[in-house]
Amino acid sequence: MRDLSIYIHIPFCVRKCLYCDFLSFPVSASGSGMQAREMESYVNLLEQEIKENAEKYKEYRVVSVFWGGGTPSILPAEDVSRIMEAVKGNYQIAGDAEITIEMNPGTVDASKLRQYISAGMNRISIGLQSADDRELARIGRIHDYRDFLDTYELAVKAGFCNINIDIMASLPGQSVLSYEQTLRTVTALKPEHISAYSLILEEGTPLYEHQSEYHFPSEEEDREMYALTKEYLASCGYHRYEISNYAKTGCECRHNKVYWQRGDYLGFGLGASSMVQNVRWKNPDEMEEYAVYVDCLAGKQEGFWVDRQILTVQEQMEEYMFLGLRMMCGISRTEFTRLFGCRIEEVYGEVIERLCCQGLLLQENDCIRLTDRGIDVSNYAMSQFLFDRN
Amino acid sequence: MAAIDQSKIRNFCIVAHIDHGKSTLADRIIEKTGLLTSREMQAQVLDNMELERERGITIKAQTVRIVYNAKDGNEYIFNLIDTPGHVDFNYEVSRSLAACDGAILVVDAAQGIEAQTLANVYLALDHDLDVFPVINKIDLPSAEPERVKNEIEDVIGIEAQDAPLISAKNGIGIEEVLEAIVEKIPAPKGSPDNPLQALIFDSVYDSYKGVIVFCRIMEGRIAKGTAIKMMATGATAEVVEVGYFGAGQFIPCEELSAGMVGYLTASIKNVKDTAVGDTVTDVNNPCAEPLPGYKKVNSMVYCGMYPADGAKYPDLRDALEKLQLNDASLNYEPETSIALGFGFRCGFLGLLHLEIIQERLEREYNLDLVTTAPGVIYRVHKTDGEVIELTNPSNLPDPSQIDYMEEPVVSAEIMVTTEFIGSIMQLCQERRGRYISTEYIEASRALLKYELPLNEIIYDFFDALKSRSRGYASFDYELKGYEESKLVKLDILINHDEVDALSFIVHADSAYERGRKMCEKLKDEIPRHLFEIPIQAAVGGKIIARETVKAMRKDVLAKCYGGDITRKKKLLEKQKEGKKRMRQVGNVEIPQSAFMSVLKLDDK
Repeated sequence: MRDLSIYIHIPFCVRKCLYCDFLSFPVSASGSGMQAREMESYVNLLEQEIKENAEKYKEYRVVSVFWGGGTPSILPAEDVSRIMEAVKGNYQIAGDAEITIEMNPGTVDASKLRQYISAGMNRISIGLQSADDRELARIGRIHDYRDFLDTYELAVKAGFCNINIDIMASLPGQSVLSYEQTLRTVTALKPEHISAYSLILEEGTPLYEHQSEYHFPSEEEDREMYALTKEYLASCGYHRYEISNYAKTGCECRHNKVYWQRGDYLGFGLGASSMVQNVRWKNPDEMEEYAVYVDCLAGKQEGFWVDRQILTVQEQMEEYMFLGLRMMCGISRTEFTRLFGCRIEEVYGEVIERLCCQGLLLQENDCIRLTDRGIDVSNYAMSQFLFDRN
Repeated sequence: MAAIDQSKIRNFCIVAHIDHGKSTLADRIIEKTGLLTSREMQAQVLDNMELERERGITIKAQTVRIVYNAKDGNEYIFNLIDTPGHVDFNYEVSRSLAACDGAILVVDAAQGIEAQTLANVYLALDHDLDVFPVINKIDLPSAEPERVKNEIEDVIGIEAQDAPLISAKNGIGIEEVLEAIVEKIPAPKGSPDNPLQALIFDSVYDSYKGVIVFCRIMEGRIAKGTAIKMMATGATAEVVEVGYFGAGQFIPCEELSAGMVGYLTASIKNVKDTAVGDTVTDVNNPCAEPLPGYKKVNSMVYCGMYPADGAKYPDLRDALEKLQLNDASLNYEPETSIALGFGFRCGFLGLLHLEIIQERLEREYNLDLVTTAPGVIYRVHKTDGEVIELTNPSNLPDPSQIDYMEEPVVSAEIMVTTEFIGSIMQLCQERRGRYISTEYIEASRALLKYELPLNEIIYDFFDALKSRSRGYASFDYELKGYEESKLVKLDILINHDEVDALSFIVHADSAYERGRKMCEKLKDEIPRHLFEIPIQAAVGGKIIARETVKAMRKDVLAKCYGGDITRKKKLLEKQKEGKKRMRQVGNVEIPQSAFMSVLKLDDK
């Protein structure tokens, strides 16, 4: 029986943050009549999609479920429970499955959190980004630090004992000092997991379009924040297991690791990505198309996929390398040989040697991994494992 | 077809300052003569190169034959030869004028005489052409036809009181122009019974017909089967076809005789056999001597052109060969660069000409090019008495062997409204100009005369001129000669390696400034590497400017969009793709755009 992970996409949020380019649409927290109906019909589609796929994946065992968005916690708790029932009722769920839901401060109350627990959630991920209220306001977050703390305390009280906090460096107006303060504040709460990202200006976002109006940390400062993250979190007992992810021992996010280790996963919902047995595809990212897609599934026809791609062996190798190297433990030679039937040197000998010479890659027994320097310039290092196309 | 009465032929061209409406008038003339219906007219019939339409300028001389039924009841044959309007293409103008007997001078009713109006009229008068003026754009609110008429009479000294007042754009006054062509342009001279004497004024290459030679028959006649000889090259061939120019097409006919303009194709093996300016004669009944031809203008600007993909070198060579067929003013010879590999050193009439050739190579021949900084031809006088014409800075001899160097200087005429005289004079001063004189054309307009080193005007002088006069200044120049000058070779070192393709010659006084700008520019162009890269400018081994491309320290993509690996991979692919368009010099990868960045070292 193969392992399977499930991703559930909720493309709604209270308000788009100024840096966000994820697939998400703002709906007001109270939910006007029309928006409530919109969410309602989305949840119906989602439930149907989950059910219609069940037959195909009955030989799989679900080891993780991840609710991402958007802000999944914006949904009424009943809807979340309903979807969870659909998952549990139609798929085989491993007894120790990791079930995570993302949330933003201020979108949950005690009762909602209790319902999550009863629905089977055992992990939450809270988007804090910064402990400095001015920084939060500048990037268009809907909450302040106080709201976060309330949510965090409610979650602990509700019984969650596996919590992630997202933080961001290189925010406009952020200083090394204020970032360090965020790190201190967050670690003082002793969450099990911390995701620390650098802000990336994505084209089309308000922050990108108006970047000249903001004061961003200098390259030196950005660099210092980056170094500080590694050192400070290590000193607090968080080990870095992936480029941007830190965890207490045993609390690594299993769902995330599935992506890096190329496990099978199904994405449900608008624009969600899937990969099962080396076939990748995406769901439509327009609501009307998504509805048609789910309808096709219901009619037992093959639905239409976006960018469906049967990965060639070369593409599988590329992915194995550039995804695997995101993990601090790197990739395994024997695993490579087991998967592809040849020694890694036959394919990547020259690249590995070059990157080792440049001090970006390290070989230890069976393992090949990025050095600290290699992690710093990981885009460069990883791009070296792509084959020339022609 | 009955023999054409020579007295009913008019061979003429239209000359004007750029944008005064030359091509539009040409279109209207073609339209009015009934050769084409309005529906058939493309926006501008004569500018048939894609590039010409886009830029709104005429690059190649174009020719068309039309039939006009005049008010006197006779049918006239017009051969209209359109000419380029940009200063770079004076040579092309010259070629076209040699095939004409008269010229229409188009002057904008609002702008009046401009620098190129003068230059082109003088060229036409030099060729003994009869010139008559027309005043265009009379429907503009700012039109002042009377003032412009007086200006033409005062400045050029040709009769202008009865000049047709027209609007080519709106078709006003075109009949009058047609009648004036009949009246004022002389019929061609020459006799069909004399030995053949025909001037080659252009040629194009056609993949089916081979070389198509454009010629003006001065004496004699030519037909299919005539055994011909090119008097300068000595090549002989048998004529396969003769004909005349329809709108955008070649229309075969039985014979071309004295006074006519047309084309011929022949069993010409080598394209180089048909030199523009050469005289064609009949092998069996040769003329006594060739036509004087006309002054061949030499290339003024040189640069290196390299295929971005080294394997495309033969393609580039073939493309240049074909372009040269249509453009005798293009020169090229093979060269090699340490940084760029195999390529060609190409000579052009000016920077616009360079840009146009570059664009044509890229569009019409699908070549991806790397172009080095353009330069002029310097004369290097060596201590042993030898004189070198230097077109590639890399070939500059060791300073110890150089006695002195000379650079080309041009006589420039700038027409400007008086309010901008100050800022234009300042610009000329900055460009090492030598002031000659100011002539007032009227109270508010003056003609500034300067002598300027050519290398100061080939980059961005025209743009600077326009920006400092709010677009009102116009400019023309001609080569005056060579003058001794304090010149040095500026070398660029990247990560301590000299990059030959980035070297250029510069006046010693501007070396520091240019070196500094160059380093700054390259700093922006060269992406970060895993190590630090010094960029240095040096003169004679002495470093005069330095910038540093810092080492790439962080290049991490943190996010993973909910398992959307495809998006992540696309980013990595883009990064890798970018690398491919780089040139490796030592262990530094230089983007191809860096080699052209020197073109944009303007003062802002």
